[in-house]
Amino acid sequence: MAEDKESAEAIVSEVHKKIRAAFDVFDHEFNKTVDVREIGTIIRSLGCFPNEGELHDAIAEIEEEEPTGYIRFEKFLPTMTKVLMERKFRPIPEDLMLQAFEVLDKQKKGHLELEELTKYMTQEGEPFTQEEMEEMLSAAMDPDKNLIFYKDFVSMMTVDDPR
Amino acid sequence: MGCGFAKSDQLKKRDRETSLLVPAATAMRAALLIQRWYRQYVARLEMRRRCTWNIFQSIEYAGEQDQIKLYNFFGYLMDHFTPASSERNLISHIFRENNICHNVDWERYFCYKSIEVPELYSGPHLSFPITCSNAAELVEAFKNKQQLHSRYVLQLLGETWRLLRILPNISQISTCHNKEITICGDLHGHLEDLLLVFYKNGLPSSEKPYVFNGDFVDRGKDSLEILLILFSFLLVYPNDVHLNRGNHEDHIVNLRYGFTKEVLGKYRLHGKKILKLLQKIFSWLPLATVIDHKVLVLHGGISDTTDLHLISRVDRHKYVSALRPPKRKRQNRSGMTDSDLEDDDPTAKSVDSSRRRVHSLTHSSSTGTRHEVQRRSLQGLNNRVTCSVEEELKERRRQAGLSQSYGDLRNSLTNSDSDPDPDSGELLESYGDEWKQIVDMLWSDPMPQDGCVPNEVRGGGCYWGPDVTEEVLRRHNLTLLIRSHECKQEGYEFCHNRRVLTIFSASNYYEVGSNRGAYIRMGPDLVPHFIQYQANRATRALTLRQSVGRTERSALRALREKLFAHKSDLISSFQEYDPENTGLISLGHWAGAMEAVLRLGLPWRVLRSQLVGDTLDGMLDYHLWFRELAITEPNTELSNASLLETMYKHHSNLETIFRIIDTDNSGLISFEEFRQTWKLLSSHLQTEISDEAISDLAVSIDFNKDGSIDINEFMEAFRLVGGDLLQNEGDPH
Repeated sequence: MAEDKESAEAIVSEVHKKIRAAFDVFDHEFNKTVDVREIGTIIRSLGCFPNEGELHDAIAEIEEEEPTGYIRFEKFLPTMTKVLMERKFRPIPEDLMLQAFEVLDKQKKGHLELEELTKYMTQEGEPFTQEEMEEMLSAAMDPDKNLIFYKDFVSMMTVDDPR
Repeated sequence: MGCGFAKSDQLKKRDRETSLLVPAATAMRAALLIQRWYRQYVARLEMRRRCTWNIFQSIEYAGEQDQIKLYNFFGYLMDHFTPASSERNLISHIFRENNICHNVDWERYFCYKSIEVPELYSGPHLSFPITCSNAAELVEAFKNKQQLHSRYVLQLLGETWRLLRILPNISQISTCHNKEITICGDLHGHLEDLLLVFYKNGLPSSEKPYVFNGDFVDRGKDSLEILLILFSFLLVYPNDVHLNRGNHEDHIVNLRYGFTKEVLGKYRLHGKKILKLLQKIFSWLPLATVIDHKVLVLHGGISDTTDLHLISRVDRHKYVSALRPPKRKRQNRSGMTDSDLEDDDPTAKSVDSSRRRVHSLTHSSSTGTRHEVQRRSLQGLNNRVTCSVEEELKERRRQAGLSQSYGDLRNSLTNSDSDPDPDSGELLESYGDEWKQIVDMLWSDPMPQDGCVPNEVRGGGCYWGPDVTEEVLRRHNLTLLIRSHECKQEGYEFCHNRRVLTIFSASNYYEVGSNRGAYIRMGPDLVPHFIQYQANRATRALTLRQSVGRTERSALRALREKLFAHKSDLISSFQEYDPENTGLISLGHWAGAMEAVLRLGLPWRVLRSQLVGDTLDGMLDYHLWFRELAITEPNTELSNASLLETMYKHHSNLETIFRIIDTDNSGLISFEEFRQTWKLLSSHLQTEISDEAISDLAVSIDFNKDGSIDINEFMEAFRLVGGDLLQNEGDPH
């Protein structure tokens, strides 16, 4: 039992170090604070897949009583530890991603038109900004045909992930 | 990122309302999923990009710091070895001003008339006084990869020198008549970027004034072409083109960062002369520009002691290299020499990420201590001085507020090209202050916290805070400070409540796709407008993922080389965590060891996934890991592995020393000089490199040039071949 406790502590300690490392990358003033606008990037870089709403909630929990625009590490650490230990915001498996695209591809063409995808991404769910849309298209779209071959896109993005 | 919050009841509401061909609920959910997934991806890319940036910056600044440490070491040698010592002789010439001191002699030296331009020459021809169409022709010629004949180069440099000498230290310009001024930052030999700026913005003219804010040379491969273009426009439009000196307009820095090599490579016959003239020209470059008495433009930055009035009165040309300490005196009478001159103490005050390093130049020469005299020969007073010498000297004494003997000042200001001044009295405090002012202007960086501390990362200048900005701006009645010196991802960046603006004009600086370049347009309202660009056509077509990936691979390659260079130190450090010699250490210990040895202040845990492959239960087999880094050893048959490692680790220093020793800039040094280089290096590193090891080294290198070594060939032998592609020729790293 003692061993279990020890290994549990070791795990938590590792998690803390991971969180600290990611936080430090954005701590430009070396004073254990980061700009609140970078929190999303930090949380996601630690392997979590929150949607915007969940992110917003998490930030609300971490922020000061009176928001300063900065997040302190002392407040970030416990929340983030819980997120990682509880495996909240789990990754989306590749096959589920494919299904999502297939759903939008109602005619089962194997690809999506530029307008189709743009419409969905910028009008549905938690819409993309124009910048986000353009960036996704630059990565996903075949520029000659203006088509998105989503199967390739999904594999490419998943392969890219150096876990 | 501008989106709604998708709470579940909102979802249900929209489900009812929308009527897509795809069942609404499903489309919604699919879209949400895709958005969530894609945003996660972008965040991870951003993290990688940030880390990559850190890597490049750390390595860059560590290199600069290294350079300064080396230079400090030479200074130490100069002060502590007897005049007859051979090491001192090897390097003493870099501490000496040019032997040519009279303007008349310089005119002769600059003489180009004996150089004939052959019929076959197909490059541009220049005639003087140079016209704007000539300058435009030059731009076209360089765009077409032509080279300017050395005769014209020398002629152009001569004219430039004559003009620069009459310019003040701080140029005052105005935006009257609704002229918009264009301000460019670091170019670093990236001709493509300069051409792009001219393409987008137009060539310099009286309607289109420009300020170029230093660091025109080094790292990129067309530094000389950039200089020639800038100088020719300067000559055509002397009131509308302004050049500020950067920390790379410095022959000592050029030895290490590629400009010296570039010139010698392009101009085999006259390269040496060209370099010498450029040394002079750099020292004559103005230090700053002020626009409408409100906007200060200079290369590096400021410090809490920055005083523009003082700066406007210095003899800027005395500071041939900003790395050179001010004139020092030998205390003959008491026979003292300064023994604690060098605070070269590499204490790593380990903050979480140890970013503190060696003391800066600024703090190494304190006033009030005695130093050895420097052999100097100064150029005569410049022609611009209309009053008599005595009056000039009186004025300087008065302004300096010192009671110096007339003799002192006279000695320092008049022509004297021979022996050191004996017994010339006290240390001239004014020179110490002046020197600090100049170093600060060329080397400092802003920091977010208040205060002003030595810039230990680079090794020169300060880190200055927002309070210092406010104070200095207020003191001089200014509203904005524009500076360069630091690469910025978007080409520009504000800080200190938008009172400091960094502008950087070399796109793709670290690697293709690493950053954009930018320039400023500013009109009478003094509001800066930015135009950004990226030179390489290919990069614009790169997706975020591709450009991050490419830059990252490059950074990791640079980092792996560093790892290789520190291999034995790293292994020893790992072994400390592995007392039972299992060959395994935890990843936590790995991260700790990496930082302790390399001291780059990098986020090792975050980088881990890029550097370390598989682990067994979170334990790393470090010997295996080194083998897997897939760095092939350098291409020499040296059996002495530790010598090899030392050589590789310090190859930049080695190259710098070679080039210093190579006084005639021929690219060749003798075997004896080679041996001396090693002794110097081993002395600097405080390690032992036996004569035998050096002889072995010599044997394994093919001396096929009458017992002399070609520096370039020798350094080439130490280029590492990684698992990835070989780096390109002309790649600054």
